[in-house]
Amino acid sequence: MNARVLPYVLILPVTAFLCLFFLYPFVLVAKQAFSTGDGFTLDNFRQVVGYWKFPISLQNTLLLAAAVVPVQLALALLMATMVNKMQRGRDLVLYVWTIPLGISDLAAGIIWLAIFEQSGFLNSMLSGLGVVDRPVNFLSYQHPGVVFLAIALAEIWRATAIMLVILVAGIGLIPKEYYEAAEVFGASPWKRFTRITLPLLRPSLQTALVLRVILAFEVFAVVLALGGTLFPVLMSETYAYQFDLLDSGAAAAMALIILAISIGFTLIILRALRVPKGATI
Amino acid sequence: MAEIQIKNVAKRFGSYQALHDINLTIQDQEFMVLLGASGCGKTTLLRIIAGLETATEGEVWIGGRRVDHLPPKDRGIAMVFQNYAVFPHLTVFENIGFGLRMQKLPNDEVKRRVERTAGLMHIDQLLGRYSGELSGGQRQRVAVARALAMEPDVILMDEPLSNLDALLRMEMRAELKGVLAESNTTAIYVTHDQVEAMSMADRISVMHQGKIVQAASPIEVYRNPAAEFVAGFIGNPPMNFLPATPAGDGKWTVAGQILDGPSRTTPLHFAIRPEDLRPADTGLAATVKVVEPLGAHLLVTCSVDGALFRAVLDSDLTVRRGDTLTLAPQPDRVRWFDPETTLAVA
Ligand SMILES: Nc1ncnc2c1ncn2[C@@H]1O[C@H](COP(=O)(O)OP(=O)(O)O)[C@@H](O)[C@H]1O
Ligand SMILES: [Mg+2]
Repeated sequence: MNARVLPYVLILPVTAFLCLFFLYPFVLVAKQAFSTGDGFTLDNFRQVVGYWKFPISLQNTLLLAAAVVPVQLALALLMATMVNKMQRGRDLVLYVWTIPLGISDLAAGIIWLAIFEQSGFLNSMLSGLGVVDRPVNFLSYQHPGVVFLAIALAEIWRATAIMLVILVAGIGLIPKEYYEAAEVFGASPWKRFTRITLPLLRPSLQTALVLRVILAFEVFAVVLALGGTLFPVLMSETYAYQFDLLDSGAAAAMALIILAISIGFTLIILRALRVPKGATI
Repeated sequence: MAEIQIKNVAKRFGSYQALHDINLTIQDQEFMVLLGASGCGKTTLLRIIAGLETATEGEVWIGGRRVDHLPPKDRGIAMVFQNYAVFPHLTVFENIGFGLRMQKLPNDEVKRRVERTAGLMHIDQLLGRYSGELSGGQRQRVAVARALAMEPDVILMDEPLSNLDALLRMEMRAELKGVLAESNTTAIYVTHDQVEAMSMADRISVMHQGKIVQAASPIEVYRNPAAEFVAGFIGNPPMNFLPATPAGDGKWTVAGQILDGPSRTTPLHFAIRPEDLRPADTGLAATVKVVEPLGAHLLVTCSVDGALFRAVLDSDLTVRRGDTLTLAPQPDRVRWFDPETTLAVA
């Protein structure tokens, strides 16, 4: 077969698959979002944005992302640096650290629920130590801070590894000679990290951050397990429109809003961490 | 003052002994070349001096100070790496100024020094570029400028020219030698290229299997190799060897000829450089195998008494494959080696 045509033929099945199961439903969702039965309208968007729970769920989602992603980034960088320094047993440590990746987000939420709920590990421990005399219901409306903390912890525990694997691969690509040159020219370990590792890691940081931030805006099952309705987020509102209120137009509008926010942040991250032409490894 | 002393340095990687008991003194402002085949331990020794590797045994002194417990930055050294290690995310300016920034020098001082060294290395036009926009030769210049900008006592270079093409290498060789002589630094230069070593060095240390076999001026290493390895390694083509048996009274039988030599009673190896042979009436009988005209000279590969033997002859001569030449060695250029120790015999 003609060598010019062959690559296109080879990617055809995947492209067709994506068009059928991604692009087509996406168009349907967009159509739903922009119509209420009689032609093009923004009514669905007006409705969801005007609802009293929208600002609070947007705020919760953003707050959660702002609390979780930087901590995860710092943790993943620290862990990746440590793994990279290891001579032996590196793969084993990596496997252990990435175990949470293999657990579904709902399961992760339930694991942390088992820790925080009224009859959970935390309460048994506290009463065992005599800190509290009867079990406290941490995950109630009386303790919004604890609810937030529990969700943030569960998210950090669950999804740091996704950044870790990307960063480990990225750090492994940086030639050792750069570190030696930096050391000879007087850079301390911290300076080597900030002046060599971080800038040379930009492409991996981009990927890791984009992936993680998008996931952060889609946070759902962990929140549902730990916070229930106490902590509304964009995704749980979308779910409520679709399955509780059976308003698929509004749900579609919410989905598009989440998509728009994700795209916005993706562009910001790509722009902030861009590598100038000619400055790649 | 930055004299370098290496005292009894040994290095083991696990069970592999990369360096054996190295002792070497490099004078202040001397240009010392470490020369040896790939894998002989040149880079390891350089990295021990730099502080990027720790010696298993021994001491390193720079400028009268013991430095082997100090980190690289406190040793007063700068280094040019084999693959340049020019930081890809920094401009040429920031690359050259990297060490100065780490020393927290004021901006105008950084600028002054970067511009001066960039001028020395003829890269003042490139200060705004990234390394991805530079040729190999330009990157090389940046790496040297970055080292010079530190105004170090000692500059260490690990095969800095090995990634350049032949013409550029020759050009950079002369330029580097000039710039370093100007800068009054002590230099240690690692190479496996003997032409580079001969042309640049004040002194050459020839390394072989983790040992320094000879440390002497280029002409000394060339004329009076201390061991058979040096004789066979230096010179292109290298020295010729023939077995010699004692014929009594300082006379030796070499390929059926009687030659003058040292007074010894055990067999020796006779050695002569290919360019120290002349066609004459009496001498070694050589059967010509290959003739290679090199323009200025004729490289003739022959067989003498069954052994491989090369001669560099005048290009006016007509020599054909199969001819038998009589080659007379220039008496004062003949060297003798003890086959037991492989060392030179006076
Ligand atoms: N980090 C290391 N671990 C194990 N062996 C090494 C290491 N570095 C060098 N060696 C070995 O030491 C010997 C000398 O290496 P090197 O100093 O790089 O030689 P050269 O620079 O002369 O080519 C080689 O046989 C090499 O395989
Ligand atoms: Mg080497």
